[in-house]
Amino acid sequence: MKEWFADLSKKFMLCFIDKGYWKWLVEGFRNSLVITFFAIIIGFVFGVVLATIRSSYDKNEETLKLRGGLGYWLLKIVNAISKIYITVVRGVPVVVQLMLWYFVILVSQDNGVIVAIVAFGFNSAAYVAEIFRGGIMSVDNGQFEAGRSLGFGYVRTMVHIIIPQAVKTVLPTLLNEVIALLKETSVAGYVGIMDLTKAGDLIRGRTFEAFMPLFAVAIIYLLTVIILTAVFTSIERRLRKSER
Amino acid sequence: MKKVIALVLAALMVFALVACNTSKDDPSTSAPDASSSSDATEKKTLVMATNATFPPYEYKDGDNFAGIDVEIAEKIAEKLGMTLEIQDVEFGSIVGGVQTGKFDIGMAGMTVTDERKQSVNFTDTYTTTKQVVIVKEDSAIKSLDDLKGDGSMKFGVQQDTTGDILASDTVDNGGYGEENVTRYKAATDTVQALKTGKVDAVIIDEAPAKSFVKSTDGLKILEGTWLEEQYAIAIAKDNTELLEKVNTALKELTEDGTVKSIIDKYIPAE
Repeated sequence: MKEWFADLSKKFMLCFIDKGYWKWLVEGFRNSLVITFFAIIIGFVFGVVLATIRSSYDKNEETLKLRGGLGYWLLKIVNAISKIYITVVRGVPVVVQLMLWYFVILVSQDNGVIVAIVAFGFNSAAYVAEIFRGGIMSVDNGQFEAGRSLGFGYVRTMVHIIIPQAVKTVLPTLLNEVIALLKETSVAGYVGIMDLTKAGDLIRGRTFEAFMPLFAVAIIYLLTVIILTAVFTSIERRLRKSER
Repeated sequence: MKKVIALVLAALMVFALVACNTSKDDPSTSAPDASSSSDATEKKTLVMATNATFPPYEYKDGDNFAGIDVEIAEKIAEKLGMTLEIQDVEFGSIVGGVQTGKFDIGMAGMTVTDERKQSVNFTDTYTTTKQVVIVKEDSAIKSLDDLKGDGSMKFGVQQDTTGDILASDTVDNGGYGEENVTRYKAATDTVQALKTGKVDAVIIDEAPAKSFVKSTDGLKILEGTWLEEQYAIAIAKDNTELLEKVNTALKELTEDGTVKSIIDKYIPAE
């Protein structure tokens, strides 16, 4: 047992302390967080826009069709574009998208982290859009009619009445997306970014020691997800206060 | 209709279960063998882990693996009376798998370093290679002396390779500083990054460098050698029996000229 501990501590020193490899884990973790954070912001904003377009079309297609005119056609076209976007983004693996952004689209951008933020952000937007569409569609039509009858315009009804309720509904699913995104950033190493997984890989490549770095990386991801879950749960609880 | 769907789903589930079983069986039967090296004689397959993105040492030729390492490994397996099974994994995962007994040998143009020796055993070296530097033909970098770690140029390397380890060291230690080095998963990606201007110079083994420069327009190899190094095969620490056997086989193959003829086949002398 004693030997086992001695061996373990020797490996620990080799993997993290001796050559200062723990700094890689710190840097990698920071990059993973930065990428996830900004990608979520892009994904959230763009996703809500997409969801609003898609659900506006779904909800109002018939009325608008009767009214006809430019507005109808405009919405129809924008809706079709959103649909294509969502289909394409959801249909292509995120690693492939990341490589496309890095090697083909944003060729002149040398900062890999920025490329990753853009790639993951626009990827996440497609998922967030569908999550939110589900949320918006789930809000009772009566809420909408109530807003309109109180004299709110379409946009104001959406922003002040429908979306806040939708957010509450989609929060658990949204957390899912955030967690998935955090873990998806582990492929950022493909384009030369030092993310958490890559930091572990590098230590593995240097020391040829498999267990320690992988375990350390796994623990860090796990702790992050646990903290994220706690944060979301508390937000959810606060939002539910109004229901009591 | 519902019944048909249910039937199909049931069939799928059975399949899935069967699939799980078979895939789980393989490692579990091979793992105990590798760890208790005593019955290595009874084992009929020699599992080699490699990363097949490294021509001419290992690469995929159609559906098959080809390259110097692959052919040498085949000869070694022949000598040991085993059949060779090749697993194509990421470079950084090779040694982890060797350590845990998932693979018997790791052979992927691996350089012996002291740090790595703490985790696995290495056989005798079987070849000496050079690391060279590739740049764009119109690059301002004209010779190896122009390479500097002062932030004016970016270096591309394949992660975990010797090029990575040495180049990302501090300038004082003869490297270029980590902040100036970008690490990619595959050697092909480093060349792609060089072509698209993400990096200014790529440090890579001579042989793959030649194949890349030959197949890509507008790239050239800087004259001279960046580093000379020796390749060896990685084997788990506790598997000394296999280590001895492979070393004996390697020695015989080197003495009768097989190793040299394989290398010459892939890297024609100039």
